Amino acid sequence: MKIFKQFTIIILFSFIGEVLHALIPFPIPAGIYGILLLFFALERKILKVDDIEEVSSFLIFIMPLLFIPAAAGLIDAWDELRSSLTAYITIIVAVTFIVMIATGRITQWFLRHSRRPAEEKEKGYQS
Amino acid sequence: MNAFWQTSTFFGMFITLFFYGVGLALKQKVKHPLVNPMLLAIVFTIALLKIFNIEYTAYNNSAKYISYLMTPATICLAVPLYRQLDSLKKNFRAVMFGITSSVIVTMLSVLAFSRFFGLNHASYVTMLPKSITTPIGIGVAEELGGYVAITVASIVISGVLGNIFAESVCNVFGIREPIAKGIAIGCSSHAMGTVKALEMGEVEGAMSSLSIALAGILTVVVASVFATLL
Repeated sequence: MKIFKQFTIIILFSFIGEVLHALIPFPIPAGIYGILLLFFALERKILKVDDIEEVSSFLIFIMPLLFIPAAAGLIDAWDELRSSLTAYITIIVAVTFIVMIATGRITQWFLRHSRRPAEEKEKGYQS
Repeated sequence: MNAFWQTSTFFGMFITLFFYGVGLALKQKVKHPLVNPMLLAIVFTIALLKIFNIEYTAYNNSAKYISYLMTPATICLAVPLYRQLDSLKKNFRAVMFGITSSVIVTMLSVLAFSRFFGLNHASYVTMLPKSITTPIGIGVAEELGGYVAITVASIVISGVLGNIFAESVCNVFGIREPIAKGIAIGCSSHAMGTVKALEMGEVEGAMSSLSIALAGILTVVVASVFATLL
């Protein structure tokens, strides 16, 4: 019964997300509206984490599995990628690493810059 | 044989689950970033389809029921995010600053590389949404007139790279703050990277989840401006 209720709540938020996606003319998918609404519902105490705990942990746990069918679709993209293969692959690989490193360093710099020295000590953060 | 695979309701789903299970078992035996259950299952599935000459659409005819859970699972990322509400409130400005810079860095580096390789406008806008979550990426590529199939491929490859290398990149480049790690991963490799971020820690996972949503939405706006630059 508990699992049934939790699953129903999560599907309800997916459905609300879908409705918003249909109504609002922006390329924002149902899942993004859903995550923001669910976060808001939790933050406003409309829902408790307990209300969705088990099913949400399970769905997050199996998430890597959910990417496999779409990723296997790379098999069909090959012919299209081949037209400018070197450029595409270089951009995809290089930009992924550039963004990861730059974003991490920039955010870390901002965090440490804005943190007061006293707080730094108390929290025990060290580089 | 394709006729049977075309109509099978369980074949694609079974091999996806089976290969993922094989990947999980291997991961327990061999500790190496490349022994990644998701990556192995993708490689095995593609190899099987190639070897037996099975069309992707036939496989996806039943495997799509796995993808069906993607939206509900994404929504559940609100839970780890909510658990880190305090950390989010306390570091709100840093989080917003980090996510905004990531979108700008993405756009600028795609622009620079596209100029370097002499790409045309359509190929350039195809690459602009490469780091964000697939459904938004498809929308952006369509709107700007890119090649949607290539955008999807670029998003998948970015996600796989992030999932595999996120931990090593953070170590090598001295990214030690959990919040900074989470934002770096979510902004560069969306939900596939977030899966790894969740393994690394709850703060990392929460910040990465938030980045998927915010970097995605921000990209919709910023990409339309950058689209006019080449």
